[in-house]
Amino acid sequence: MTAAETEAASGTSTETLRFVMVGHVDHGKSTLVGKLLTETGFITETKIAHVKKVCEDQGKAFEFAFLLDGLEEERDQGITIDVAQMFFKTKRRNYVVIDAPGHKEFLKNMISGASSADVAFLMIDAEEGIQEQTKRHAYLLSLLGIRQIAVVMNKMDLVGYSEEVFNKTRDAYLGYLSTINVKPHSFIPISAYHGENVVKKSEKMPWYKGLSILETLDNFKSNDDRSKLPLRLPVQDVYKFDKRRIIAGRVESGTVSVGDEVLFLPSNKTVKVKTIEAWHAEEPRSVGPGISTGLTMEDQTFIERGDIGCDPARPAQVADHFTANLFWMGQKHLQKGGRYLLKLATQEVECLVQSIVKVINSSTLEEISRNAHEVAKNEVAEVILTTKKPIAFDTFDAVPETGRFVIVHEHDVRGGGIIQKTVQEYGAAI
Amino acid sequence: MTHLDKLENQSIFILREAYKKFKKLAMLWSIGKDSNVLLWLARKAFYGHVPIPLVHIDTSYKIPEMIEFRDKYAKEWNLNLIVGQNKKALAEGMNHTLGRITCCTALKTQGLQQIMEQYDYKGLILGIRRDEESTRAKERYFSPRDKNFEWDFKDQPPELWDQFKTNFDENTHIRIHPLLHWTEVNVWEYIKRENIPFVSLYFAKNGKRYRSLGCAPCTNTIDSNASTIDEIIAELKATRTSERAGRAQDQEDTYAMQRLRSKGYM
Repeated sequence: MTAAETEAASGTSTETLRFVMVGHVDHGKSTLVGKLLTETGFITETKIAHVKKVCEDQGKAFEFAFLLDGLEEERDQGITIDVAQMFFKTKRRNYVVIDAPGHKEFLKNMISGASSADVAFLMIDAEEGIQEQTKRHAYLLSLLGIRQIAVVMNKMDLVGYSEEVFNKTRDAYLGYLSTINVKPHSFIPISAYHGENVVKKSEKMPWYKGLSILETLDNFKSNDDRSKLPLRLPVQDVYKFDKRRIIAGRVESGTVSVGDEVLFLPSNKTVKVKTIEAWHAEEPRSVGPGISTGLTMEDQTFIERGDIGCDPARPAQVADHFTANLFWMGQKHLQKGGRYLLKLATQEVECLVQSIVKVINSSTLEEISRNAHEVAKNEVAEVILTTKKPIAFDTFDAVPETGRFVIVHEHDVRGGGIIQKTVQEYGAAI
Repeated sequence: MTHLDKLENQSIFILREAYKKFKKLAMLWSIGKDSNVLLWLARKAFYGHVPIPLVHIDTSYKIPEMIEFRDKYAKEWNLNLIVGQNKKALAEGMNHTLGRITCCTALKTQGLQQIMEQYDYKGLILGIRRDEESTRAKERYFSPRDKNFEWDFKDQPPELWDQFKTNFDENTHIRIHPLLHWTEVNVWEYIKRENIPFVSLYFAKNGKRYRSLGCAPCTNTIDSNASTIDEIIAELKATRTSERAGRAQDQEDTYAMQRLRSKGYM
């Protein structure tokens, strides 16, 4: 039995699913998370007592959101500023809850949180209906590659638990989602504050035949298995602490075994794996996705950080320009002709914004301009980037981990992008 | 992969990024269970070596057994140990009766600041976890501190797809948090699996044990009969109180941790 199977057999779950809560400001994301953690018993009494006191001091009823919104400024204004991550579990598996802010000002924090999520709940206030961030967040989730999304209609108590209101908003939102190619897992009517359809099915909405929030979580499919994809092992570093020369890095996809030929790109060197190193554990014969590993090679070929170890039969692409969908988070606009630092896996290279094909409003999806000169904060654009040196990459659809990159400007990450096509392919498509 | 394998591999990835990107890097070693796990993970990441100096901020009020443990393993594991102490504040009589937040700021935050300035460290690895308390729940893996040592929690840089903030202004530094995604239970499960040494103060004696370790005057024991790691894990899975409930400085006022941490506390 493998360690994972032993763990499963003993009833301690091995799987962890990370879910993010997104949607417009004030639609009740933190309240739902607070309620969920309270009802499943994963909030300590110390914390509940603490929040009770804070609410009494403010002369308020108990705010479940305060269990997540721990900053003084967040509680004073009743909004989430930055992402909080909490933990709980069900019989099925472990969960990490990522509570993202809904305010437009904090979109970069929402993206930081959502970028690490496996699945998402998208929340709509039943009374207020679809708002700016309801749409923008859905679009960003689709860009981030999150495929399993459940839509939650909150505050059903404020609309008398009406099926009609629910259906109307659902149909309108489905129309929007279909334009961005998102097929939601489900639509769930709830009242987070009153706990209706949160853990158990609500008696207030007998017309709803679907699952509660907690049941939906357990119903989401497990993460995609990356082991069937071609090997991608970005080199982080080369260690020479003792007589071994160890190529260190994390397997992002595929597997690598002792004796395998590995093609390192963009340096274009093929070497055979001699050993897979380990400390305080048996040396493995083979390692797969997610493993931070270290290889020694048969030949002392010069390999360095940035190279990506690939399956020689299914290598990554190497080019110095490609088209990408990019979202911009910087206060200063992204400029056509501007030079920025691009980070893709462990590669870092200067890039030039060669062309801004089109800019779209990430909420309305309205095309703002074609062949534009700049991309403003919170906008999404299709761009052609040229890198100073050729880099190794995949399209996002082929291997997500090596098909995405960030743009750094003035020390901070200002944008993120996913690679659509090499420019050759792009040219062929026109 | 088991859930512990996943946690371990993510932490190793972060440690390796930190080691590659920061020439002037140190790791904070509080001698508590979390920083012992961190140290163990460093030995895994670097195949038995610890190529990063370990900084211990000695407030002089630590429980004596912690200091014995520190010196024993520093020698046994061949560690580059640097001990920092705010001698000036101690000479002027700083202690917790002058106010716990004042004392923590002087002996821990400023003690750390002095060492960071002396050695010009630009990266500092710490073993904090998101499940410890609310402000830590909002931390990034790579988290900047400005020239005054302050954390701007209202405007944190984006962090996505494991692309970390490794570019920064001079006069600032980056806090690196490789255990951010672990829980208290995970830490004990991993200590058990790997057989990692730890201070025996965590085990119950006469119905009391330490759940979190700090300075003697401000750290209280909890009621417990847990005298094995399994019993600690079972106790933690059933408990409804917070890990840091025994740490008096946290309870000084409603936002004590926010105030301490925004000024550069761990």
